[in-house]
Amino acid sequence: MNKPFAITLNVGSSLANKTGTWRTYRPEYIKRLPPCNNACPAGENTQGWLYHAESGDYETAWRTLTADNPMPAVMGRVCYHPCEGACNRGKLDSAVGINSVERFLGDEAIKQGWKFAKPAQESGKRILIVGSGPSGMSAAYQLRRLGHTVVVFDAAPYAGGMMRFGIPKYRLPREVLDAEVQRILDMGVELRLNTKVTDILKTMKDEKFDAAFLAVGAHIAKRTAIPAAESARILDAVSVLRNMEGEDKPMLGRRVVVYGGGNTAIDVARTAKRLGAEEAIIVYRRTRDKMPAHDFEVEEALQEGVMMRWLSTIKQVGDGGAIQVEKMELDEQGRPVPTGEFETLEADSVVLALGQDVDLGLLDGVPDLTFEDGVVQVGENMMTGYSGIFAGGDMVPSERTVTVGVGHGKRAARHIDAWLRGTVYQPAPKGELANFEKLNPWYYTDADKTVRPMLDIIRRQSSFDEVQGGLDENNALFEARRCLSCGNCFECDNCYGVCPDNAVIKLGAGKGFEFNYEYCKGCGICVAECPCGAIKMVAEEN
Amino acid sequence: MGFQPIKFYQTGTFTVGNRLLPPEQRSVQADMQRSNALNSGHRACQGCGEALGARYAIDAAMRATGNQLIAVNATGCLEVFSTPYPETSWQLPWIHSLFGNAAAVATGVAAANKIRAQKEGQAESQTRVIAQGGDGGTTDIGFGCLSGMFERNDDVLYICYDNQAYMNTGVQRSSATPPAARTATTMPVGPEPGNVFGQGKNVPLIAMAHGIPYVATATVADLRDLEYKVKKAMGMRGARYIHIFVPCPLGWGSASHDTIKLARLAKETGLFPVFEAEYGEVTNVSKIRQKMAVEEYLRPQRRFAHLFGKSPKLDVIARFQHIADQNIYKFGLLGEDKATVGYYGVESV
Repeated sequence: MNKPFAITLNVGSSLANKTGTWRTYRPEYIKRLPPCNNACPAGENTQGWLYHAESGDYETAWRTLTADNPMPAVMGRVCYHPCEGACNRGKLDSAVGINSVERFLGDEAIKQGWKFAKPAQESGKRILIVGSGPSGMSAAYQLRRLGHTVVVFDAAPYAGGMMRFGIPKYRLPREVLDAEVQRILDMGVELRLNTKVTDILKTMKDEKFDAAFLAVGAHIAKRTAIPAAESARILDAVSVLRNMEGEDKPMLGRRVVVYGGGNTAIDVARTAKRLGAEEAIIVYRRTRDKMPAHDFEVEEALQEGVMMRWLSTIKQVGDGGAIQVEKMELDEQGRPVPTGEFETLEADSVVLALGQDVDLGLLDGVPDLTFEDGVVQVGENMMTGYSGIFAGGDMVPSERTVTVGVGHGKRAARHIDAWLRGTVYQPAPKGELANFEKLNPWYYTDADKTVRPMLDIIRRQSSFDEVQGGLDENNALFEARRCLSCGNCFECDNCYGVCPDNAVIKLGAGKGFEFNYEYCKGCGICVAECPCGAIKMVAEEN
Repeated sequence: MGFQPIKFYQTGTFTVGNRLLPPEQRSVQADMQRSNALNSGHRACQGCGEALGARYAIDAAMRATGNQLIAVNATGCLEVFSTPYPETSWQLPWIHSLFGNAAAVATGVAAANKIRAQKEGQAESQTRVIAQGGDGGTTDIGFGCLSGMFERNDDVLYICYDNQAYMNTGVQRSSATPPAARTATTMPVGPEPGNVFGQGKNVPLIAMAHGIPYVATATVADLRDLEYKVKKAMGMRGARYIHIFVPCPLGWGSASHDTIKLARLAKETGLFPVFEAEYGEVTNVSKIRQKMAVEEYLRPQRRFAHLFGKSPKLDVIARFQHIADQNIYKFGLLGEDKATVGYYGVESV
């Protein structure tokens, strides 16, 4: 301790001075839940797979994606992408084109022939799946991955359920659907077509199934009592779209009236146009903004020359296709009320697109089930009242979309797996939402969304070629890189750079960062300047 | 912008690093092997802008010179918090003499280097010199030595870390203190509370008036730009000057986590023009990316708190806005505008 006058310190580096003791708050790296992931009905780790796509590693991106959803090429075409509605980038310029990147990955997988791995171990359990639609195939895939023996029964001659018999070709080319279904079957999933299950308990007993997942969909068209002349040609949307898959295309005539305002009505009208109808008119009792159909589909239909009659109901169909239409108006609650004014439309056929019901016949005689509004009730674990029988998709209460169906299949599969082991599946708790306020958007480059090419309008009116094109590699990569990586570190090095105390340790590519709490003074600059909100300040305990 | 901006890679060139960029395009600060010239354990306050700016600048200069670098430090926060003798945070040869003579000492170091190089048969020394100080040591106390160094065109890069007052001694006004700011010596009392309007010095413009090879301004909010300017300066010989805007949470009464945000706002409002000049002519300006009103910059700082509160001093805020607008006009900080500042020639660039 013999130091010169006025000297108290030793010769040496300031590393001897542990400034971390000043701290009252400490920064911690966290993962927040990105809004896209939160919004995805199939529970995809969207931000996670975009992260890999950003660096051009499409196969890892695809494998991350397909952990939750085995059919990205289908999704990239038919999903209504609630992820994009939730995307934080929408508050900057426009949402990331997640759906278009998903499609690119799906198409790339088909092109490159990427396959799913077969399970490493067989569980010895047998599971029956009824219905090869999105929900059934999703469950089959997830259960097969877990090592179970899976047999899928379907009453139809082809797999795919409503993806084939409800969604027209111009939105979902059949070779895409076939490729993604086949890839699931290649894992060792057995598919029995033309096999209608009429008594679920008997089928399960006959073939010694340990559990069943029912996803039969909603294939029965709802009817409404419209007085009609003998000669009037009235069809329903479900059979029109189903018959499109067979040899004999439906005969709709030159003037087609479609009654209803959902996506199915739009699909039928656009199909009619492609079959050669000069006029396809959608009659809907409310206004465009009240229409259940998605706006972009309405827009595409209008572009193709489909006509719309808002605020109209069909009162009767007379001889020779003279349709009496009553004009409606909206009351204060937005409900349509008749005005008493009538008009007449001429049509060769009327197609009713008024929604669909479920054929619940296979559940006759199963005890302890609850039905409400024509669908079977299930718990959080997707199990019906009857132990061991699970259900999902359109036959349970839900928003009837392909993606919701896929989500049901995944959730049911996890619960079935746990149930078979005599345990209860506990989903991982959802993290804190990475909302826009958690981001520092300054750091992101301005970049507008890449628009997907659209098929020429003449071909859209005359052929069943796919309307919306895909992105090529360049613009898919660009689009992926528009992702803000909300709530999840993407290794931008900002924390490592902006720390005035060198108290962030960079661990190297792919390994992220660590705080050096010996020197971190807790100033919080790293938190403020983290673009994606992946650091949080936490009060020190002492 | 002075440097070549990088096209779209998620965050382009705004963030410190970017995993999608090839290594040679990444910043010095993104490098795991950066020098950390100013190492951990220094005694600067939480969120110190000067500590950050100094590491950014000296790390970049060390990279540019292959670590053949000597730093001369004026008295000030940077000296006091980094080097309570005989302990130091500096990881390069570093010398401190007096408050006001850093430029002169650096001149001497450069001269000694040159003589040594000549004795070894080389025309120029490969070892380079940086002098650095705060705004007090630069714009007030060291100004005579600095001007002399410029005038003689000595081979020194002088870096001023401008935090707009004498922070080390307790926040007294300097000639770089902005108008209306509260300091210990310009209290918010009387008819013109805080520092007065119309006084002070703009040393970057004065440096340009010496006609030296290189003058630039930068902020801690734009690392890429700062590194580009330091690298460029180290690639030149003769007197060079870089003026770096470094917010001070203690003296400004701002949150420690707002240091970079305030630097960004100073630039985006137009209050601190970011530009570079060669031989007295402005050659480049950093355009404003998202124009902001001056209130956005003033409001988070307690030294301007007397402008807000129950009866905001709208006239004073308007005078600030006028200063920002003048800068935007003079330096052409928006869109396609051209700079109209220049000492040799009426309108330049």
